[in-house]
Amino acid sequence: MMNMAMREKLGLALIAVALVALPFVLASAGTAWVRITNFAVLFVLLSLGLNIVVGFAGLLDLGYVAFYAVGAYVYALLASPHFGLHLPFWVILPLGAAVACLAGVILGAPTLRLRGDYLAIVTLGFGEIVRIFMNNLSAPVNLTNGPKGISRIDSFQIGPVNFAGSDTFAGLVFSGPIKYYYLLMLVLLAVIVVNRRLQDSRIGRAWVAIREDEIAAKASGINTRNIKLLAFAMGASFGGIAGGMFAAIQGFVSPESFVLNESIMVLAMVVLGGMGNIWGVIAGAMLLSFVPELLRYTVEPAQRALFGKLLVDPEVLRMLVFGAALVLTMRFRPAGLWPETRHRREMNENRA
Amino acid sequence: MDILLQQIINGLTTGSVYAVVALGYTMVYGVIQLINFAHGEVVMIGAMVAFSIITSLAGSSLPPLVIVLAGVMAAVPACMVIGYLLERAAYRPLRHAPRLAPLITAIGMSIVLQHLALLAWGRNPLAFPQIIDNRVFAVGGAAISSVQIAIILLSLTMMGGLSWFVYRTRFGIAIRASAENVHVAGLMGVNADRVIAATFVIGAGLGAVAGVMYGSYYGIAHYTMGFSLGLKAFSAAVLGGIGNIAGAMLGGILLGLVEALGTGYVGDLTNLCAWPGAQGWLAAQCADGGHFVLFGSNYQDVFAFLMLILVLVFRPSGLLGERVSERA
Repeated sequence: MMNMAMREKLGLALIAVALVALPFVLASAGTAWVRITNFAVLFVLLSLGLNIVVGFAGLLDLGYVAFYAVGAYVYALLASPHFGLHLPFWVILPLGAAVACLAGVILGAPTLRLRGDYLAIVTLGFGEIVRIFMNNLSAPVNLTNGPKGISRIDSFQIGPVNFAGSDTFAGLVFSGPIKYYYLLMLVLLAVIVVNRRLQDSRIGRAWVAIREDEIAAKASGINTRNIKLLAFAMGASFGGIAGGMFAAIQGFVSPESFVLNESIMVLAMVVLGGMGNIWGVIAGAMLLSFVPELLRYTVEPAQRALFGKLLVDPEVLRMLVFGAALVLTMRFRPAGLWPETRHRREMNENRA
Repeated sequence: MDILLQQIINGLTTGSVYAVVALGYTMVYGVIQLINFAHGEVVMIGAMVAFSIITSLAGSSLPPLVIVLAGVMAAVPACMVIGYLLERAAYRPLRHAPRLAPLITAIGMSIVLQHLALLAWGRNPLAFPQIIDNRVFAVGGAAISSVQIAIILLSLTMMGGLSWFVYRTRFGIAIRASAENVHVAGLMGVNADRVIAATFVIGAGLGAVAGVMYGSYYGIAHYTMGFSLGLKAFSAAVLGGIGNIAGAMLGGILLGLVEALGTGYVGDLTNLCAWPGAQGWLAAQCADGGHFVLFGSNYQDVFAFLMLILVLVFRPSGLLGERVSERA
């Protein structure tokens, strides 16, 4: 027994060391790889947020990127020359989360008393509406700068350390992306801890009860509407936090970044990895985050070598992969590649 | 020019297209309670197929009407096959799975179809070739074009035809029985698999024609057109009461009218300069005939969605539908 616990601790320590060393290994291959990894971690954050809604509570949210967009725009508006405001990030990030949460409540309140499918279509529409507003709120008063987007967004600043430039510490060069990597890892750690605590809490069990049988959950005294709303709002605020970090890392936001395809990508990550299982979702998000890079480095040269020109754009191929991932996962492994035990039982036993 | 009448004519045109697309959603929903997210993409593919045929025939000496008919005749069976394959390959295997599964599959199929269309037809929109002599008639201060007349008449004919089919034929009775209760209908000798496949095929066929109509009205077809058209048509189906065939028709036309009138008037209504009591900073903005329009016609796509939310809040069963509880 002692041995097992020891081994587990040793394993965790090894993973932690590997994660700490990772950016320097990647940086030796090129800073671009650190940046790619950072975006992958952002997608992990988004997937964990969506997992609360889709995985824990079983509600299909097809406009999740809207909350990401809300968080990103809150950050962009309050920390850029656009309005001349430069608030520090520890003020804006919670604010972005709160605004996204509010949007989630406004959207969820009318729809969550209805059947789940309505939520799916309403969130789908909401994602589009947010984009339309971002595109058009440049007149009569220029709020969002329209399709041109907002640029020169402040990067994070903790004390004297600015995340935009490089610092040398103990002989190691910490470039901007590397600093963001560590920050993202800290946020990720916090999100994982919160998710795990939620999952094992009263609320988490209520979510699962609703997902598995709403009538039974109601009969057991769960206020299904409020609990569903809570899942929706919580997922939205995680999306808002990820959005704020995205704005800071990217330094630029525009409506282009928040299209439906992004929502679908995050959904595919959650579904493929295994709805409801935190580790599965993380694995799914990492896997699908690196697919585009993989396609770029394999499919494009392969096509050029074989046909002498580019026949299928890797971007298109990427979306085909995501769409197919959704369909095939539901068909052949409905609980995902790394399913949660309880969910696997449920998804399989209902199949006649 | 009479703006009100003009917007009503425009609204009736787009509304009748919405109605025909909404029928595809509502029929499938009526029988298996599934939102077929991919329906909008089927409509888009119908438009793309027809436009390709019409463009390739445009140079020939055939009369324009024959060319357009050939396009439609190619699009309808193509979409019917896609509709059938969708049901067969994606939805049928999941019929007894938890609710979330077919919804996720539907959204996945929609993405796959959209990007296959992108591969087949490219990123640029297809333009409708100038082969029809689109005459414009004056009606009481407004204008109606021959394309608009054709769209409205064709939609009404299709809705009439579908109503006759559903309410007057044996197979129509089977569809309505299955919509009532698919298991009991099965006990009465209705082949549920055939009925379900038929609703997909009929909806896809109607959708193909709707796609051609929508494309020829705006003059272009594009691989992304299915998304917003589908969303609007679904809103129309919910407005009328989802699962209800007459409701989809009514909802579509109403939605078209609301959208056209909303788009036509929202700019004037939200022009703060036209409101009484413009003072201070606002008055300066309005000086020498300036405008201060909060929401212009660029918010056209928002109306359908607002309508959807309002219906869900105040009358979730729609205008003609039965009550939709949390778990029907």
